[in-house]
Amino acid sequence: MRWVLAATLCLLPVLGVAREATPAAEDPALEQRLMRLAKELRCLVCQNESLADSHADLAADLRQQIRDQMKAGRSDEQIKAWLTQRYGDFVLYRTPIKATTLALWFGPFVLLLAGLAGLLLYLRRRRARVGQPGLTPEDQARARALLREAEQGSSGPDAAARG
Amino acid sequence: MKSLRFLLPLLLFIVLLMFLWVGLSLNPREVPSPLVGKPAPPFQLARLDDPAKTLAEKDLRGQVWLLNVWASWCVSCMEEHPVLVQLSKQGVVPVYGLNYKDQRAAAQAWLDRNGDPYTLSMADPDGKVGIEYGVYGVPETYVIDKTGVIRYKQIGPVTQKVLSERILPLVRQLQAS
Repeated sequence: MRWVLAATLCLLPVLGVAREATPAAEDPALEQRLMRLAKELRCLVCQNESLADSHADLAADLRQQIRDQMKAGRSDEQIKAWLTQRYGDFVLYRTPIKATTLALWFGPFVLLLAGLAGLLLYLRRRRARVGQPGLTPEDQARARALLREAEQGSSGPDAAARG
Repeated sequence: MKSLRFLLPLLLFIVLLMFLWVGLSLNPREVPSPLVGKPAPPFQLARLDDPAKTLAEKDLRGQVWLLNVWASWCVSCMEEHPVLVQLSKQGVVPVYGLNYKDQRAAAQAWLDRNGDPYTLSMADPDGKVGIEYGVYGVPETYVIDKTGVIRYKQIGPVTQKVLSERILPLVRQLQAS
């Protein structure tokens, strides 16, 4: 019984022979260009994969479309424009700089500069505070006067009365 | 001035919370379509019920219509199907189906089994027209006005809520204009 099972198991790989690999591109240079471009494009179905990596149906269709357009002699820029017309800037991993994306591109630098400015302001104020003597000459004169008053006061009539 | 020093971090925190609140409640699958406000891409496709006849987008000018992208293999299409059937019974607005990357027999069987809410369905077996319309998931629904301009795109199933709060008011407004 066991050898029947063993024989069956031996035959299984025959049944599971892999499908013949799809023929490699007839034009390797074009295929390379396609992959280079597709790496910079986002697949809309599996959003964290590029068009080059994605196995989604739509990605395969879009790669075919790009391939056809490349064969027709269109430039990468033209193909990108063709895609963004249909799917929006979302397909581009490199977000273009335009009015609606200014905050995205420069917001972090603005925040950084604001932080630096705040820090600088704080440091300058602190240095001003530390550099200054604690009391102005007038304050010191007043303090001396008060101290003198207190000294005289302790031997004055009030103190005598309390004692 | 003193109180501002303590209030400022709180205010910044609240602003941050609001950003997170809005950001996290957005659905990343809903990518706004650049085609809204643009003319609907032209097509000429064979009808699903009769491949010998074709339908073109320009045949539908002069009326407000919905273009619903569907397929028999699409699971979420079942979800919106009752809503579309009900809409077609009301007869407010014609719904044209774009049968996306499907097989004619399977699509026809699906309609026979579940009911056909479409005025007409067109077959887009290789999904080329779908790409022209920026379809990246099924179902998707477009509202197209009398002059053939896309006015709204619904990504994902049309729910009763979306229909009554967004699509139908827009359709009425476009029909009146």
